[in-house]
Amino acid sequence: MNILVCIKQVPGSNKVEVDEKTGVLKRDGVDSKMNPYDLFALETALRIKEVQGGKITAITMGPKQAEQVIKEAYMMGVDEGVLISDRKFGGADVLATSYTISQSVKKLGKFDLILCGKQTTDGDTAQVGPEMAEYLNIPHIANVIKINEIKNDAIVVEMDMPNTIERVNIKFPCLLTLEKDIFQPRLPSYRRKMATKDQAIMTISFADLEDQDIMKYGLNGSPTQVERIFPPAVNTGREMFRGHAADLAGTFSDKLIELKLL
Amino acid sequence: MGTLKVNQHLVTPENLVELVKICPFNALEDNGGKLEINAGCKMCKICVKRGPAGVMEFVEDEVKKSIDKDLWKGIAVYVDHVDGVIHPVTLELLGKAKELAEKVDYPVYALFLGHGIAGEAEELLHYGADKVFVYDKEELKDFRIEPYTAAFEDFINKIKPSSILVGATTVGRSLAPRIAARFRTGLTADCTVLDIKENTDLIQIRPAFGGNIMAQIKTPNTRPQMATVRYKVMNAIPRNEEVNGEIIICEMEASKLRSNIEVLSVRLKEKEESISDAETIIAIGRGVKSEKDLVMVRELADLLGAQIAGTRPMVESGWLDAKKQIGLSGRTVKPRLIITLGVSGAVQFAAGMNGSDYIFAVNNDEKASIFNVAHYGIVGDLYEVLPELIERIKLAKEA
Repeated sequence: MNILVCIKQVPGSNKVEVDEKTGVLKRDGVDSKMNPYDLFALETALRIKEVQGGKITAITMGPKQAEQVIKEAYMMGVDEGVLISDRKFGGADVLATSYTISQSVKKLGKFDLILCGKQTTDGDTAQVGPEMAEYLNIPHIANVIKINEIKNDAIVVEMDMPNTIERVNIKFPCLLTLEKDIFQPRLPSYRRKMATKDQAIMTISFADLEDQDIMKYGLNGSPTQVERIFPPAVNTGREMFRGHAADLAGTFSDKLIELKLL
Repeated sequence: MGTLKVNQHLVTPENLVELVKICPFNALEDNGGKLEINAGCKMCKICVKRGPAGVMEFVEDEVKKSIDKDLWKGIAVYVDHVDGVIHPVTLELLGKAKELAEKVDYPVYALFLGHGIAGEAEELLHYGADKVFVYDKEELKDFRIEPYTAAFEDFINKIKPSSILVGATTVGRSLAPRIAARFRTGLTADCTVLDIKENTDLIQIRPAFGGNIMAQIKTPNTRPQMATVRYKVMNAIPRNEEVNGEIIICEMEASKLRSNIEVLSVRLKEKEESISDAETIIAIGRGVKSEKDLVMVRELADLLGAQIAGTRPMVESGWLDAKKQIGLSGRTVKPRLIITLGVSGAVQFAAGMNGSDYIFAVNNDEKASIFNVAHYGIVGDLYEVLPELIERIKLAKEA
C-alpha cells in the first residue's frame, strides 16, 4: 500500500492584521505550526499502514522553513518526506497550488491512497484536496468521518453529508479528506525524533515537473486575484458600557427587556 | 500577471533591513548582503508599493489572453438537496443571484441534479430562478463525485453561465472545487459579501490569510466564476406565488456518468440541535478560564433558552463538541440574540456570527475586535458580570 499524505505549515496564531491607515499587513512575530487537521490525516495513514503494511510519504508546499512539518511527520512515523518549493510558485491561489501539488505527485509515482486534512486553518477553503483529485483524475471523498474496511483494491468509508451519512466503497487510487477526530493523533516520539533528525527531505522545484508551462504556476496560474485587502468594518452604531459589574449587569438585563429578548 | 524582480544595484544595507521587515510573509531574505525572494512570496506586492522606491519591481508579463465574457451569461445556483428535499441555502443563493442578475440584466439558473426529483423543480421558480435545469438520472441518485461532476460539466458546456454560486455544505465544498479545477477557473470559498461589476466580474469578499483581514477577490480572466457561500449568510426572497419560469429536462450520455464509488447505505443523521437554527446563543471564548465555569454559562443559557457554542480554542480544548464551533472552520449562525463571553472576535469567528440580529459582547479588553461587530459592548470581567446578570434575569423573570 502506497500512501501519500498532504500537509501544510500554517501560522501559529491569528495575529496577522491590517494597519487601518496604511492598508499594510502587520505581522507580530507570527510563529508556525502544522495545520492541526493534517494530524488526523497522518494518524489515519499510520493506522492503515499498521494493518496493511506499505509506505507513507508526506508532501508539503511552501518556503524552505516548511521542512519543519515534514520533520514532525517523520517524528510521527512517516517514511519519506517531500517539499515542493520554488519562487516560481509564489502567489499561487487554490487552483495553481492544487495543480503544482498534483504535478509533483505525478513526478513521485503512483499512490493507492492520498489523504488530506479536511481544510487548513489559514485558508479555510477545503478546496485543495478535491482540486488535486481532479488533476490526478481519481475520485475523491470529502469529510470522511470513519473508515470501515480496507480491502485490496478499495476502501469502505463513511462520509458526512448535510443531513445524512453515506457509507461508500471507493476503489483505489483515490483521495480522501478526513474530518477532525477520526482518530486521536499520536504525539511525535522522542526516539523517532532522534532517529530521523538527519533524514533527508526531497525537494521538488519547477524544473522537476512534467508540465513546463510557467503560465500554469504561481501568480500566473491563478485565476483569482486579490483586488484589495482591508480590515473588517467596524460597527459604529454600537453602544459601549463600562463600570462596575453590578451596574453593567443591570444595564445588560434592561437592554434585553427593552429589546423584548427576555 | 508577472514576476517580482530585485534591482540589486539599488539595494543598500539600510533598505535591505527595511525590505526584510516589510514583507508580511518572511519572503524577503538577506543572503550575505544580497536581497533574495524565497518561496514564501505571495505576490502581495507590498514590497513594491511600500518599500524603498525602485528596489523591488513588478514586471508585467505578456497580457494574458482574455476570454470573451459576452459568451458567458447568467448566474447559476447549484441546488443542494437530499432526495429532493432542498437545502435552504439554495433559496438564499437564489435570492442573491436574482439581486446580482438584475444589475447586469442576466437570467437566474438553477442546476438540479438527482433522481426522482423533477417534481420538486417547480418550487425553485417561486424563489427567483428563471430556468431550472434538471438532470434526473438513476446514476445521480446518491451523491457520488464523478457522475455529479460530469453532469455539472455538461450543464456548464451547454449553458455557459457567467457565475455559479454553490452552498458551502459538505456536498458543495466537495463538488465545487472539482468543477473549478476541470474548467481551470477561480473558486472563492465562503464568501461573506457578493456583488457584481458592470463588466460582469463578480466581487467576492471573504476573510483571508487566517487573520483579521478581509480580501476582495475577483476572477477577471476566466469563466465561469465560482463562489461558495455558507448557509445563513445571504437572504432568500419571500416565496413568489406567481411563476413564469421554465423547467428544462436535460439529457446526456450515460457513459459519462460512470463511477468508481459504490454507495452501500445512506442513513439519516440523528436529529441534533444545530446551532445554525438556534434563536438564542451564548458563545464562549478563551476568556472562560476553566471547564467548570461552564456551569455558570449553562445556567445563563437555560434561563434564556439558549444553546451554548464557542470559538475554535474551546473546541480544541475539548470543552465543546466540534458541531458547536462558530466561524469559518465551524458553523455560521444568525440567531435573534447572541451573547459572547470572553470572545476576542477574530475575523474567523466574526464571519460566522455577524449576521445575528442582536450581538451582546462581554470582554474585559476594551480593544477586543469583538466590539467591532457587537451592537452592545459590555467592558467588564465576565466572572463578575455573569453572576450579577444571572440574578437580574431571574428577578426579571419572576416579576
